Amino acid sequence: MKLNERSLAFYATCNTPADNAGFLYKKGGRHAAYHRRWFVLRGNMLFYFEDAASREPVGVIILEGCAVELVEAAEEFAFAVRFAGSRARTYVLVAESQAAMEGWVKALSRASFDYLRVVVRELEQQLAAVRAGGGPPPAHRPRALPSLPSKENGCAVWNAETPAASASVRANPSSRPGPEPPPLPPRRRASAPNGPLDSASFAQLHEWYGQEVRALRSQWLSSQAQPSEVPWWPVLNHRAEVCCWQQALAGATGTCEHWSRLGPTWSGGQAVLHHTWA
Amino acid sequence: MRYNDKELQALSRQPAEMAAELGMRGPKKGSVVKRRLVKLVVNFLFYFRTDEAEPIGALLLEHCRVIHEEPNSFSISFLEDPERKYHFECCSEEQCQQWMAALRQASYEFMRRSLIFYRNEIQKMTGKDPLEQYGISEEARFQLSGLKA
Repeated sequence: MKLNERSLAFYATCNTPADNAGFLYKKGGRHAAYHRRWFVLRGNMLFYFEDAASREPVGVIILEGCAVELVEAAEEFAFAVRFAGSRARTYVLVAESQAAMEGWVKALSRASFDYLRVVVRELEQQLAAVRAGGGPPPAHRPRALPSLPSKENGCAVWNAETPAASASVRANPSSRPGPEPPPLPPRRRASAPNGPLDSASFAQLHEWYGQEVRALRSQWLSSQAQPSEVPWWPVLNHRAEVCCWQQALAGATGTCEHWSRLGPTWSGGQAVLHHTWA
Repeated sequence: MRYNDKELQALSRQPAEMAAELGMRGPKKGSVVKRRLVKLVVNFLFYFRTDEAEPIGALLLEHCRVIHEEPNSFSISFLEDPERKYHFECCSEEQCQQWMAALRQASYEFMRRSLIFYRNEIQKMTGKDPLEQYGISEEARFQLSGLKA
């Protein structure tokens, strides 16, 4: 099938830090030789390049629905990425050290979108519970989360479990203005246009965010810290992002003054009607 | 670029977050609108001919921009070439808004930011790091410092 390859290549080589990177040996096919390739893990995509300086990947392994295993192989530091299905391929990869192998197995076994989604949903519920009940929810074993393959038997398998479809806990924003905590960012299922985020409460929401943006910015200006040293700016970014997004959902267009207040240090200055470019 | 086609095919058969028949127009000049079954699964948007089981293609939804186009339509474009747009026509404004909202949250990068956001909030309110129970609190990809502005 067709893929937006140019976009994939761009994603592979963008200058945000990768989730993992390094040289691995990869078998060309079942009876082929090993090739040393530069591997870059970004999200649920494992790209591989001819070498570290290449501008375009040779290929990509999409990491949904796979199991990552340690393997008994002639080569030391070998592991496998195995997919389900009768004619599915197993990728045998060989690292250059024990530490590298362990790092890769750990990173790859938690790389799927599905896994991340499970964790995010759990945290979302936790936050809602904390906000509603005042205390953290009772400790429970996180479900559908993998444990690391054990080293003892040398051949443990991690399998991706599909997350149970769980009803999302939605904290509805209060329509009262004031020092209320902001509501959760929008769920994947879009809010109805005349849901809790109607224009009346949106204006108050926008103003609430605006206060926080102003406060945080003056804090930053007075501290004169380097942007990268300030730990709260992603929350700031996200707040403004959510704010502008709500505005977009409400049908408004144009510039949101909160973005332009952030100044030239941050990307923006114009309402970003989508999640930010990474 | 090589990719594991079988796995992508299998992914296209997974339960979808959103699926509908939409009018789709490719980014090339002179493209016409065609009815396609469009299916959102994790961070991929698959599109099928309406009577076929295998997708014609897929769009990886990272670094993409979803823009409202009049009427009842939206477009998807990518960071490296914002003018190159994939157009989608919906049957109503409501459907259009639903798709736009879903697609904007459909990237791994968005998920990651959400996770960092929730982690930060929970930590602020409870003093505890909620990622510790999952054993992933040290992962570089979930640290605040790893994000760019």
